[in-house]
Amino acid sequence: MAEKKSLGKEFTKGLVAENPVLRLVLGTCPTLAVSTSVSSAIGMGLAATIVLICSNIVISALRKVIPSKVRIPAYIVVIASFVTIIQLIVKAFVPALDSALGVYLPLIVVNCIILGRAEAFASKNAVLASAVDGLGMGVGFTAALFLMATVREVLGAGTFMVGINDLLSVFSDTTFNGFTIPFLSENPMIIFVLAPGGFFVFGIMIALSNMLAEKKGKKRAELRGCEACPMASTCSMNGSCEEKDKEVSE
Amino acid sequence: MKKLTVSASPHAHSSETTTGIMLDVIISLLPAAIVSVFYFGLHAFAVLATSIVSCVLFEYISRKIMKRSNTVGDLSAVVTGIILAFNLPSTLPLWMVVIGSFIAIVIVKQMFGGIGQNFVNPAITARIILMSSFPLAMSTWTQPLVTRTGEAVTTASPLASLAGITKEADMVLALENANLPSLKDMFLGLRPGSMGEVCAAALLIGFVYLLIRRVISPIIPLTFIGTVAVFMLIAGKGNLEFVVYQLLSGGLLLGAIFMATDYTTSPINKKGKIIFGIGCGLITSVIRVFGLLPEGVSFSIILMNILVPHIENLTTPKPFGSVKEKKSKEGTAA
Repeated sequence: MAEKKSLGKEFTKGLVAENPVLRLVLGTCPTLAVSTSVSSAIGMGLAATIVLICSNIVISALRKVIPSKVRIPAYIVVIASFVTIIQLIVKAFVPALDSALGVYLPLIVVNCIILGRAEAFASKNAVLASAVDGLGMGVGFTAALFLMATVREVLGAGTFMVGINDLLSVFSDTTFNGFTIPFLSENPMIIFVLAPGGFFVFGIMIALSNMLAEKKGKKRAELRGCEACPMASTCSMNGSCEEKDKEVSE
Repeated sequence: MKKLTVSASPHAHSSETTTGIMLDVIISLLPAAIVSVFYFGLHAFAVLATSIVSCVLFEYISRKIMKRSNTVGDLSAVVTGIILAFNLPSTLPLWMVVIGSFIAIVIVKQMFGGIGQNFVNPAITARIILMSSFPLAMSTWTQPLVTRTGEAVTTASPLASLAGITKEADMVLALENANLPSLKDMFLGLRPGSMGEVCAAALLIGFVYLLIRRVISPIIPLTFIGTVAVFMLIAGKGNLEFVVYQLLSGGLLLGAIFMATDYTTSPINKKGKIIFGIGCGLITSVIRVFGLLPEGVSFSIILMNILVPHIENLTTPKPFGSVKEKKSKEGTAA
């Protein structure tokens, strides 16, 4: 990242323009698996956001110490420690969420959004900017999960936010536990909570977000650099591939 | 002196139009439509009408929204509507029919570019999505002619009973004990099932009409049904009654005649058509005999639809007089 962006821009780019799920198509596995209910989607989003912010801060702070040859194992160790912390906290305070997320909670360790941001952003930017970037990406991830889960839960089960009480009761003693939608809950379209429905909703949402981003004047191929590259987390070329691409096309 | 003007080729035109072909398909579907309304009563008519009207409406609206030329006039949406209704039980709530039309026309057909561009059959995809969304409503069958008096009697479809029989050791005995409709009833359609699939006689009339009008080639239906027959002959250890039962039950005839032959989603040349038909037949039989579901016609057609581009690649005919290309290999080596 040669040019300096304002912190506000670092935050907002994660929401729509470079939304990790819908624009960069990262983190697909947890997205499809967890978005069957809104409450577990929110839980997953929050957990991933916290890990993302913390790991971005630590990796950014250590960026001059970590030797580049072993940086991926180093990132993984940092991320894994935060995931373990989050997992223990969730197990202790929201056991219902822990059983709802199942294996996908520990799997945040290898979530490519987090690894991707560590490699593409935190390892090259200052601490504050990395924290804001992590927050933006995390909110973008949570928002995408929330939207997908809303469609899937409302159409597939006829309910909205059922089970949210497990999450809310940690902070306050409300009894709010979601809505049951009268007609849909009697005739749910089961396919939406199954895998094919997940792919349908995912595809349509990617199409819509592409349309939104294109309407803002950005062409589809406008995303450049390592953030736009799904291989960024495992790539060691640090952007030099772009010049090669140019040579080939010219 | 008059100028001699020659238009660009082709110079020989056929009078065939999309609308004409679709009209022929509609005519061939009419016998089965009439029979299903006669058998299943007013609600069947309501399902049929809802399906057609909503398909045409969705086609019109989506073309309008996408700012494309309107193709309602080519009647393809009407055909999709009729075939979709044929795939549904007559007791299905009408709003589910509308969802089915939406999936068929908007998602499968128009989102991929409209007529001629869809890569799977719209009606079948809609049926499969409805089937996995509302499994109970989609497998509630009623006995024909009984529902007309107003009281619906739900029964298992003959195919569901047959699925159990294939797993029994003494099949002849099981066939007699299973309390299945007689073969004559199966042929006339006096058995529970989806609206359009029950009456084999009406479907065959439509088949003959399509063949006479040369709208479809007989290759796909014949290889499809033939493969199922051979497979069932082996699975049924040579029991002919079992084979005929398998051919008349479920949506095999409807699928083989009207859905597997869809121009857009079936191979162009003869060899491809044969591969396509055999593939459909094999998948159908395997699902029927070994699978959890009693019926596999819709899945077999959708799976083969997806394979069509590859079948076309394999069966592209060689141009007359062409020699195997050796230059390209040398070129890459050098």
